[in-house]
This record gives sequence, C-alpha cells and structure tokens, in this order.
Amino acid sequence: MPEEMFDLRLYVAGQTPKAVRAFANLRKICDEHLAGRYSIEVIDLLEDPMLGRGDQILAVPTLVRRLPAPIKKIIGDLSNTERVLVGLDLRPRLKGARG
Amino acid sequence: MSIGNGEDHSIKKVPTGIAGLDEITDGGLPFGRPTLVCGGPGSGKTLLGTSFLVNGIVRYDEPAVLMSFEENAAELTQDVASLGFNLGKLIDDKKLVVDYVHIDRSEIEETGEYDLEGLFVRLEHSINLVGARRIVLDTIESLFSGLADQSILRAELRRLFRWLRDRNLTVVVTGEKGESTLTRYGLEEYITDVVIQLDHRVLDQISTRRLRIVKYRGSPHGTNEYPFLIDDSGLSVLPVTSLTLRHEAASDRVSTGLPKLDQMLGGEGYYRGSTVLITGTAGTGKTTLAAHFADAAARRGERCLYFLFEESPSQMLRNMRAAGIDLAPAVDAGLLTFHADRPSRYGLETHLVMMHRAVQECRPTVVIVDPMTNLLTIGTQLDVRAMLTRMVDYLKMKGITALFTSLTAGVDLQTTDAMISSLMDTWIFTALEERERRLRRFIYVLKSRGMPHSDEMREFRITGNGLDIGALEVAGNRGRRHARRDV
Repeated sequence: MPEEMFDLRLYVAGQTPKAVRAFANLRKICDEHLAGRYSIEVIDLLEDPMLGRGDQILAVPTLVRRLPAPIKKIIGDLSNTERVLVGLDLRPRLKGARG
Repeated sequence: MSIGNGEDHSIKKVPTGIAGLDEITDGGLPFGRPTLVCGGPGSGKTLLGTSFLVNGIVRYDEPAVLMSFEENAAELTQDVASLGFNLGKLIDDKKLVVDYVHIDRSEIEETGEYDLEGLFVRLEHSINLVGARRIVLDTIESLFSGLADQSILRAELRRLFRWLRDRNLTVVVTGEKGESTLTRYGLEEYITDVVIQLDHRVLDQISTRRLRIVKYRGSPHGTNEYPFLIDDSGLSVLPVTSLTLRHEAASDRVSTGLPKLDQMLGGEGYYRGSTVLITGTAGTGKTTLAAHFADAAARRGERCLYFLFEESPSQMLRNMRAAGIDLAPAVDAGLLTFHADRPSRYGLETHLVMMHRAVQECRPTVVIVDPMTNLLTIGTQLDVRAMLTRMVDYLKMKGITALFTSLTAGVDLQTTDAMISSLMDTWIFTALEERERRLRRFIYVLKSRGMPHSDEMREFRITGNGLDIGALEVAGNRGRRHARRDV
C-alpha cells in the first residue's frame, strides 16, 4: 500500500462520552496503522453548525476521510476496529477477498 | 379542573392557506404538533408541504424551514415555480431556509454507537436563522435507507418529534406509502395526532387526486375522500359541504329576466340562492332563457359566472345578439364572465374543483352551467350526482343563484333528470312540438319549491327581441287558445 497522507475529520456535537470514546479509538487506530501519515481535525458542530453541511453530517460522531479520495464516512464511536479499517480502505471489504 | 377529561378542548390551529383544506380540518393543522402527510410517489406530498410553508410566510408571516431529503433547493424551487411559488425570493428575504440533506449509504460505514445530533444541530441552526414557526421534513423516511442501525434511528426519530413539539413548531412530515401500511417505515407510529393521506389515481385515462384525513386527534374533521387539484394557482382541496350544510334559505327573489316567466313563478322570479334546472330537447331555447337571466343579473349590477360546455363565448354572444340579447356590455363591464371548457378534457372532479375555483375568483351572485348534461358524459351516474350535490351545496352555502340547463334526448329524460331534479328547487321544462306544420315552443314550470307557481303550459317564441312568452296553453287541451290571458 502506498504511503498516502490521511486527512481525517471527526465531527462531534459537544464533549459527549461517545465523542470522547470515538476520538480515543481513532487515535489508537491511527497510531497503530497510519503512524506518521495522518492528521485529525476535530469539528464540534455546536460551535459552528454550518461546518456540518458540506460533509452532510447527520450522525455524530462521524469520521470523514477527506484524503485519500474518494471521501469515506464512518459513523459511530469507532469501537469496532476492524470495521473502521475497512471503512478507511485499510482492509479489504469482504472476508477472503483478494488484493 | 373542568368536567370531562380536563384538557383544553379547543386545539389551537395553524391555517395551511390551502383552499379547502382549512375547511375540512376545521381551521388547519394543530399548532406545535407534527402532521403526517402520506401517499405514493407523485401524490402531491411535497407540494402540500411547500404550500403550507409558502402560505405561512406570505399570508401569516410565519418563517419556515424546509428540510428536504430528496431534492436540493434548486430542484425544489423549479418544481414549485409552476405553482407560482418563488422560493428563491423567500430565501433571499430570510423567511425560508431550504436545507438539502443527503446521505449516501455507499460511502458510509457504521461502527459503534452514534446519534443524530448532527441533524438536530443543523435543523436548530436553520430554525434560528429565520425564526421559523413552520417546518416541513420531506421525506424523513429516506434516513431508513441511509442508516443501517434502525433501532438508533427509531429512537432518534422519537426524540426528534418530541424536540419539535417542545419548541412549539408546527410540522408537516411526509412519508411514502407502504404496501399495507400508511407509510413504508411506520412513521404513523411516531406521529399520532394528525394523518393526512393523498392518493393519485388514473381512471378511464383521467387522473384524479384525492385527499383524506385519516385522523385528527381532538378535532372534528371531514372523513370523506376529497378531490384536490394541483395547477398554476397552487393546490386546492374541494370540501364536500356536508360539514357545513347550514345555508340559510333566502326569501328575496331575483328576476328571471322575463317578466312573463317571473309571473309564472309566483310573480317574482327565482328565490335568491336557489337552484334552477331548465330541461328540454335541442333547440328549445334553454340557452336563451339562461342568457336572459344573465342579462338581468348584469342589469341589477350583479356578477354572473357562465360556464359554457358546448359553445365558445364568442359563438354564444353572437347567437344571443341575433336573438336580441346583447351581452357584450355586461362582459365589458366585468359583470359577466364566461368560463368555457370541453367536458372531456378532465375528470369530473377536476371540473368540479376548477368550477369551485372560478366561483371563488369571480365571486358571482349568479352561476349558469350550460349545459350541465355535457358533464354527464364523463362519469357514472353516481359520480355525477355526487359531484352535482357538492356543487349545489357549495353554491347554496355562498347564497349564489344557480341555473343549470339540461339537454334531454328522449331516453335519458327519466334517468338524468330524476337523478338531479331532487337537487333543484325550480324545474322549468321547455318543449318543441310540431303543430299545423309549424314548430312551436312551450314552457312550463314543473316544480318550484316554496312558492305558488303557474301550472300552465305556455307557448313562447324566440324573436329578434328575445324570448317572448305568449298565450296560455291549457293543460290537456290540444287545441290552441288565442285569448291572451295574464295570470
């Protein structure tokens, strides 16, 4: 896999337990799988509701992979590492799928 | 605590501004509560919602938010432009926010707990931006196909509707019709106060839209299926007036336009606000009688709305001018309005709604339908009768005197006329007979409720100076009496 930069955004609405959990889970996954090639921007919709429009954010927390393209969204507290990796295209989508 | 269930019985209503809908809901939608509008694709849900919002802004100064899950602002603006709505201007004026919410399942992965606070934040922001009082969510069910975790979604929807109620917002929520349920995802489970169902059917290649109030908690409402219409002046629902069958019978009279005919009707003509039926075979002078009545209305300075289902207005004006009745001045003065249409162009109900609307716009005191028989060709007898009942009720409620002409051709005399005559207060019959190698016309009053009327058959002629009612024809006597007698 090429060493691309991951530009990530985590949308939350206030410092809720789910938001805190999501951020912790995300940091852990990134440090393990994307060490040195990721950036995380946390956006609190309570501070600027307009920022959620562009990315069509309804659910929180939502993680948006802005780069590499295409855009991917993962909603939830990111507690299932396998699914987050699949969502970020760091794991093949189907079990046993090649490549 | 008062007697009963202790609640305030009068629900505060928010008018929709949609013609007819506010009547059948006894004032509109419940203030501060959600209303579910459900129906199949193309049934008019979005247009109803949009009308509710636009009317709210324009007529009641209530700003609004339209959260659209299906169309973006540009598409919506274009769709409703045909109804005469200018969403762009309302948005520029800071009276309306159209927020397009789009979720694409294919780019979304779900893992772990989440909630829809993002949606709440967004909605709240839009509401605060314009100070919205009215909200439309069109159609929030799209979330079900966008989000996998249905239990979270259902809990959040419940929270959303509670949230909207807490803010006293009046909300219209649209929902797609399900196979055997009101909505595909059971929104009726969350919105239990008011449910309105829309339906779009095509029968005999004629499309008909119908609306039904499935329920309206705590309020009287019409329970029928009401036809409704979507056209360039918006959406209008046609109320069946059984709810308000309280029209007062007037006691003043209006002239038929013919002193002799007035005499036959107790000396004074028709009752104002009554319904008159003129039947006869072709060429007996029904339109001429109607034209006299229209002319008389105009001479009194009253407005007359004349529905023509056979001739064009210019043809009718020319023919009447030849018969000595010049209606052009009445037309020029704005007292006589023609509404000409081909019966076969629309379904019965569409006709009815259009006639309603024409009456609302013109505000006449006299309405003429000439001939109403042409409407009979586009529906079953039951339909036509139901439709005429509605029309007659409506006109009576408005105190409008209505004159219907009916062409009888032998066989359907019994069927059609028996069908409609009970709706009519006055029934005048015209006939042609060949006698002494001359076609002669006769007129008589078959019935006229609430007045002593002539039971004589009189001969009349259509002259270059209008209709001339002449000699008395004694019933049962085939011979001709020359002695002119006045009743």
